[in-house]
Amino acid sequence: MSPVTASPRLAATAAGAAPAGATTRAPGNPAGSLLPRLLPPAGHPGGDLSAHLGRHGPLPYRGAPRLLIPDVRAAALTGRGGAAFPVHRKLAAVVAAPGRPIVVGNGAEGEPASDKDKTLLRAAPHLVLDGLQLAAEAVHADSAVLYVCCDPWVRQRLEGLIAERAARGLDHLPVSLVAAPARFLAGQESALVSRLSGGAALPAFTPPRVFESGVDGRPTLVQNVETLAHLALIARYGPGWFRAAGTPAEPGTMLCTLHQADGSAAVAEAFIGTPLASLLSLGAAQAVLVGGYHGAWIPAAQAAGLPLSNAALRPLGAFVGAGVLAALPADRCGLAETARVARYLALESAGQCGPCLNGLPRIAAALAQLAGPRPRPQVLAQLSRWAGLVEGRGACHHPDGTVRFVHSALRTFAPEIRRHQQGGCSAASDRPFLPVPAGPAAEADWS
Amino acid sequence: MTRQLRVNPIACSGHGLCAELLPELITLDEWGYPLLADQAVPARLTRQARRAVTDCPALALLLSDGS
Repeated sequence: MSPVTASPRLAATAAGAAPAGATTRAPGNPAGSLLPRLLPPAGHPGGDLSAHLGRHGPLPYRGAPRLLIPDVRAAALTGRGGAAFPVHRKLAAVVAAPGRPIVVGNGAEGEPASDKDKTLLRAAPHLVLDGLQLAAEAVHADSAVLYVCCDPWVRQRLEGLIAERAARGLDHLPVSLVAAPARFLAGQESALVSRLSGGAALPAFTPPRVFESGVDGRPTLVQNVETLAHLALIARYGPGWFRAAGTPAEPGTMLCTLHQADGSAAVAEAFIGTPLASLLSLGAAQAVLVGGYHGAWIPAAQAAGLPLSNAALRPLGAFVGAGVLAALPADRCGLAETARVARYLALESAGQCGPCLNGLPRIAAALAQLAGPRPRPQVLAQLSRWAGLVEGRGACHHPDGTVRFVHSALRTFAPEIRRHQQGGCSAASDRPFLPVPAGPAAEADWS
Repeated sequence: MTRQLRVNPIACSGHGLCAELLPELITLDEWGYPLLADQAVPARLTRQARRAVTDCPALALLLSDGS
């Protein structure tokens, strides 16, 4: 698997101010509604089953299918894998589909700038495994799969924890662990389903949607591993406790991967609605990338006044996504960073859909041109045309996400484009900032 | 009943036959892949649309009943 050029050692921390009334404590939860909720407190060994059960108590099975769904709806939990889709609607759709469902915990985390799922699986694996069991009970599934990133050490450790839980009789369903290839799209729902059905991790044309016909044609519930961890807490402490954090429209906390302008990076759990300026040091930054490589650039001055919420970000064409936030230092060229990531995204196209296969490399090449001195005058018009030609024309959202990222760069770095047109560049350093795997992945890496 | 055209972009390999059979609703982009007009198929074009669907060598063009 390709190494990552900038792979910082990530520390797990809690961030964000407690909201009003946050000191009320749910019975049995030593963390109350304060942070961190998902990650264990400092000094607690992640993965210790007795410590986990001591902190959160036993798994609160409901004893019958569907019973957890009203709690999840009342909590207004949304998917933490990026799309923020209401979890109760997915649960209900899987329950309504004919056939016995399968439940998948998605920890593929193919986004190179994201480390929150790996951190969670390291620090609080039992919450994820609890959530998988509880989700499986809620939809009356008879199979449970944990689909995780390639790191063999992480997988080996999870195998051990799953065996320990089985030996203690905690899990109603056996859990099988499946490795996700280190590809950007490996966690895309239909790609995951294809992989778990024995094929390559390539996106598929929809319909059918995976909740109707997923793994081996069965109704399939795919939830991000962080979503499952929240679900395990909601099952224990209730929707009221969950909603005591975050905003009324977007309750709860989320894990964020924070890339600071000084080059350091960390995973932090934050209340939704937390000011971006309290998560990132923006003094030395020129722009903030919100939502990862399918996300959007926002000028640092504007980001300084924004909270971490889709309600606030949506008008700017941005989304919290899977919680990647990166503060681009003032001494780098935003166009060079964008071009490098766009080239990576073009290489990560599954190459199945004509517009994506043809358009993304051209978009990446045009950006590389724009990142150099005196780009050809027609390059901006070409970029705009190609962006229009790929958007909405893929089987998956890879072209759309790439276009969102590119358009936001053209807006945010407009002054830098003018400088390049005059033969200049404001960057003092050409050292890469955003993490991108070093080499193009091989064809065979899809499975 | 409104009918809507859709392309399965994975199956489509850019033969371009659909744009020849149904130029009123389908053009080709600069790489030879179909661009569909953003509208339902009008009744007078239903027969041509069906023909484009059945004649697509990749079976990549779909006509739904809009439900």
